[in-house]
Amino acid sequence: MPNRPLLIENARIIDPATNADFKGSILIEKGRIADIAEGAAPGVPEKARTIDAMGLIAAPGLIDMRVFTGEPGHEYRETIASAGEAAAAGGVTTILVMPDTLPVIDDGALVEFIARNAKANTGITVLPSAAITKGTEGSELTEFGLLLEAGAACLAEGRKSIQNSAVLRAAMTYAANFDALIVHQPAEASLVSDGVMNAGPLATFRGLKGIPGEAETIPLDRDLQLALMTGARYHAAQISTARAIELTRFYKARAAHVTVGASINNLCLNENDVGSYRTFFKLSPPLRHEDDRMALVEALKSGIVDVIHSDHDPQDSEGKRQPFADAATGAIGLETLLPAALRLVHSGDVDLMTVLRAMTARPAEILGLESGRIAKGAPADLCLFDMDYPWLVEEATIRSRSRNTTFENARMTGKAMLTIAGGKVVFMEEQQGA
Amino acid sequence: MARRQPEPSDTKTGPTGSFLPFRHRHLLGIAQLSPVEIVDLIDRAEAMIPVSRARKTLPGLAGKTQINLFFENSTRTQASFEIAGKRLGATVLNMAVRTSSLAKGETLVDTATTLNAMQPDAIVVRHGSSGAVELLSQKVECAVINAGDGSHEHPTQALLDALTIRRHFGRLNGLTVAICGDIANSRVARSNLVLLGAMQARTRVIAPKTLLPRGVEQMASEVFTDMRKGLKGADVVMMLRLQNERASGKLIPSVREYYRFYGLDAEKLAHANANALVMHPGPMNRGVEIDPAIADGPQSVITEQVEMGVAVRMAVLDALLGGEKE
Repeated sequence: MPNRPLLIENARIIDPATNADFKGSILIEKGRIADIAEGAAPGVPEKARTIDAMGLIAAPGLIDMRVFTGEPGHEYRETIASAGEAAAAGGVTTILVMPDTLPVIDDGALVEFIARNAKANTGITVLPSAAITKGTEGSELTEFGLLLEAGAACLAEGRKSIQNSAVLRAAMTYAANFDALIVHQPAEASLVSDGVMNAGPLATFRGLKGIPGEAETIPLDRDLQLALMTGARYHAAQISTARAIELTRFYKARAAHVTVGASINNLCLNENDVGSYRTFFKLSPPLRHEDDRMALVEALKSGIVDVIHSDHDPQDSEGKRQPFADAATGAIGLETLLPAALRLVHSGDVDLMTVLRAMTARPAEILGLESGRIAKGAPADLCLFDMDYPWLVEEATIRSRSRNTTFENARMTGKAMLTIAGGKVVFMEEQQGA
Repeated sequence: MARRQPEPSDTKTGPTGSFLPFRHRHLLGIAQLSPVEIVDLIDRAEAMIPVSRARKTLPGLAGKTQINLFFENSTRTQASFEIAGKRLGATVLNMAVRTSSLAKGETLVDTATTLNAMQPDAIVVRHGSSGAVELLSQKVECAVINAGDGSHEHPTQALLDALTIRRHFGRLNGLTVAICGDIANSRVARSNLVLLGAMQARTRVIAPKTLLPRGVEQMASEVFTDMRKGLKGADVVMMLRLQNERASGKLIPSVREYYRFYGLDAEKLAHANANALVMHPGPMNRGVEIDPAIADGPQSVITEQVEMGVAVRMAVLDALLGGEKE
């Protein structure tokens, strides 16, 4: 059974790595893509199982570069297994998990724990990231070499941001030694201070403390300067402001090794969504002004923004059922990443190829993965989705252990119908049948 | 239907007089009220003044239970709500919650659920976080009155300020009201700006830039950093309390520098209109934001504000819990 070849026919194959978009079939053998053909499959091995895609789009399985789980330490929020299930249901076949768990993933043994746990409990690929500094405390470097040997996909600081420029400089210099990727969210703690939403008239009117855009752009400028100085591969985990895009454009023209990500929340929502103290919309970086959101969408089109991720951050209801300022920060997003991103396509803002590239080929390039493309010999990670499938995000159907979605009761158009990871079907939408 | 504009001396309308049915379950902020509803509440409060002055007790809320739930200390607001409730015959229970010993948020929702089970008719809440009172109101079945939430709203303060002003000028529209001090952190400023804006008064805020929140120009008609210019032509000067911790070099270098530029003294007050009212929501920091001689001077209506506070709170309780509702 596991080695039985799988043929997917009648699919609209879209491969952003090669800009290919055609009707055809994909043959999967031994967990890899064995053949791709336009139209009908030329030769099908005996005993091959066939799935008729009935015109669904077959794209590479999505790669989500920013996922928090609660394992270890807060398993009631999310385990690696439940995150894997949520991912599969969203067409996501690879997740980069952040290291700020309890304990922080800052030791080789812990990296191995994550990898082992993932292999045993999920069908998707779980890439552990390791902390840049011990305990993500921002002062002492972790053992980059040993962590990478243990299987860390990159070095990341999760929700934390390194305040000390000398520490970050050392981290980047040392990472360049191993050609390791540094993933870092720029946030100036003293400017974020006790801010809880985007600074501006809305925050003022609601009596909430604001987080100015400068809390992001000042450290982003520093980070990008240090990347230029050290030659390290640097990925700004997420940016949210128009000014940050200008800065990124400036430095990208001077250094090929810097990339940036954006959360689907910042691409689809703005500060108005906070409404009447809705704590599910308390995020970091905060939802910004509509002008910032539109600039971010433009930057996605022009390639300044490389990656779209879900910023999946499960929080229990106790943490969210609080006054806004006291509530936990973050929202889940694995199951809604694709449909939310398709909103940008349906609205006519961004073409499908660009949106998919930012969730497949680009993150694969940045992380140095074989996946993220539909090519002979590549891992058989596929997301088959219906562009126009209408559905409602309902609390009862959420697979994540937490319910803090920014798309609660949202109407979506488009959904993953069939997810294949490593050649195996890890998710199939029930209504669809096969 | 145009409403009658009561004269300052007009106190004949009794609490049983004809007012609009109050169509809200809670009073969470001024922002939820229409201009007509604001005028109606002020009219109701005006009618409560003789009752309050006569130290009478009305039976309107007999048999009703009012809980004062204060997560932040406030002797005067709590006392004002207590007296207001008792003058209307309600049973009033004060619950002081010591936030220091309990996790804030848990306490809030848990306390709400617990109190709700005791079937009170009204809960008066003060909390340090903006939006906390609204959150609590979603967890209970009784009326909730916001007695101040974070830097968001303090609706009864704005209503009592409006009542005080109207009693002196006979109107609110067209008056120039200058609010001076820590605008950034003040719920009193926000509620007043919303109310006075709705009543078509001309609002000004005066503060050093470190105490002005972003986008304040969208809430006030004019923004000043020079107090003398800001007071020019003002009919009302509302001073705000400056928290001592803000004047320790973080946002303001020192108290004496603050007083020099933003403390209300006779010289600065002289820039306002001759008959300008001087107001303060209390408690005052004499010598920090206001000269004691001004606070106790002929233009000060600070004590009257306290008196109006009881009338306003009686009116709000009556509007929310009074007869027609049940």
